Amino acid sequence: MALYSEKVMDHFRNPRNVGVLEDANAVGEVGNAKCGDIMKMYLKIEDDVVQDVKFETFGCGSAIASSSMATELIKGKPLSEVSQLTNKAVTEALDGLPAHKLHCSVLAEEAIQAALQDYETRTGKHVQA
Amino acid sequence: MIYADNAATTKMSEAAIRTMASLMETVWGNPSSLYEHGQNAKEVLESARQEIADIIGASPKEIIFTSGGSESDNQAILSAAMTGKRRGKTHIISTAFEHHAVLHTLKRLEKDGFEVTLLPVHENGIILPEEVAAAIREDTCLVTIMYANNEIGTIQPIPEIGAICREKHVLFHTDAVQAMGHIPVNVQDANVDLLSASAHKFHGPKGVGFLYVRKGVTLTNLIEGGAQENGKRAGTENVPGIAAMATALKEAVDNMPETSRHLIAMRDRLIDGLNQIPHGELNGDATRRLPGNVNFCFEGIEGESLLLLLDDKGIQASSGSACTSGSLDPSHVLLAIGRVHDVAHGSLRLSLSEDITEEEVDTIVRSVGEVVTYLRSFSPIWRDLMDGKKAFIL
Repeated sequence: MALYSEKVMDHFRNPRNVGVLEDANAVGEVGNAKCGDIMKMYLKIEDDVVQDVKFETFGCGSAIASSSMATELIKGKPLSEVSQLTNKAVTEALDGLPAHKLHCSVLAEEAIQAALQDYETRTGKHVQA
Repeated sequence: MIYADNAATTKMSEAAIRTMASLMETVWGNPSSLYEHGQNAKEVLESARQEIADIIGASPKEIIFTSGGSESDNQAILSAAMTGKRRGKTHIISTAFEHHAVLHTLKRLEKDGFEVTLLPVHENGIILPEEVAAAIREDTCLVTIMYANNEIGTIQPIPEIGAICREKHVLFHTDAVQAMGHIPVNVQDANVDLLSASAHKFHGPKGVGFLYVRKGVTLTNLIEGGAQENGKRAGTENVPGIAAMATALKEAVDNMPETSRHLIAMRDRLIDGLNQIPHGELNGDATRRLPGNVNFCFEGIEGESLLLLLDDKGIQASSGSACTSGSLDPSHVLLAIGRVHDVAHGSLRLSLSEDITEEEVDTIVRSVGEVVTYLRSFSPIWRDLMDGKKAFIL
């Protein structure tokens, strides 16, 4: 019995959208080193659509996989959809996470919300759910 | 595949497997039965007891067979505590980096009114005997300090601490689970009253261990129900497992001079190699450590990711990160030697066995270097460190 699903291992081994987005106009960072997880999301938003997204994560396998999956779920999506993304959707897309790792998917949701908050602050627009 | 997690468990030696398999086929009687089948089993049991006693400098009556290290620790500590309580002594001294089999037993005793002093283990992971002496009070009933630490492998000055306890008439227990079969352990030289050991840490089977109890020390039973083990541990003895434990221990001790020379060379080669990775540091004293133990912290990465990627490269190791412990806190051992949380999450323990080769050590060094570099490439902490927004700790 493996700890993680094949999907989790795939996203952990081959994370999508990894790195820094130099022209991001929305950046969110959540978590802290003390707890062992930090997630940073870089979004480029144009015409109320997430045109591009990248992430950097310090954390365990499921934290990296959750970040990767979350970026896939919001890339190219309108903000109205992105703002509704839940940790449950991330977990389901990964074919589940062990119970003690669910907080990693919560962190991914929070990182996106933090980026949207940053976008609101920068633009004055209201986009958060 | 390179198995580098021998502090978690070891592969059984061929000789131990042969002992166990052959006894399961031929000597399956109950050692408490009086007919021949039973008495044959009794003979095997007692000869294993004699063999183990001889190896550690005890007499056979002082060896109680148990299910392993945790049971031995529990029984040793609870026994000393009960003896102490009868005499109005309810203070126990231990250390901050004991195995949880010890720490959780002490927690339980605290709830029952005992007072526990946990001594500091310092940056190098070594207890100072003078601090043990200073902590002993009129009402101290037990000092319990591990022989060698299970995560960072540091070897404690057990004979010196034992001498202090003896002089002050305080019972002394040592959890020798990691030390037994890896470094010389003699209960007379070590001045211990109680000692725990576990077979699967020295190429014996799982589920078997023993407790050394110096003559005159009163044991409290954890398991009631029969007269086995001198009435101190009920339950029909695991004869094949116990005999295999004796085989494994004998083999480990016979080969120890050669094994430890090789292991120390491999350990130091591994340490030298890993020291080349920037912003990483060895945990625990560099020389006063078990021959096969290497434990590093790498800044800017998290241990579980490191383990998973090393596993992909065929290297099996362990980490003291929170993610591998199932809690939010990283290893209590790393925190006890003063590692901050951020750094403690990025730990890696490699525990070698005697079949490790130079080539394998070099493969480990190369693989760890690659994985650490890769994980740092998208770690926001590493970016902050590189950008000067945060100061390096290591």
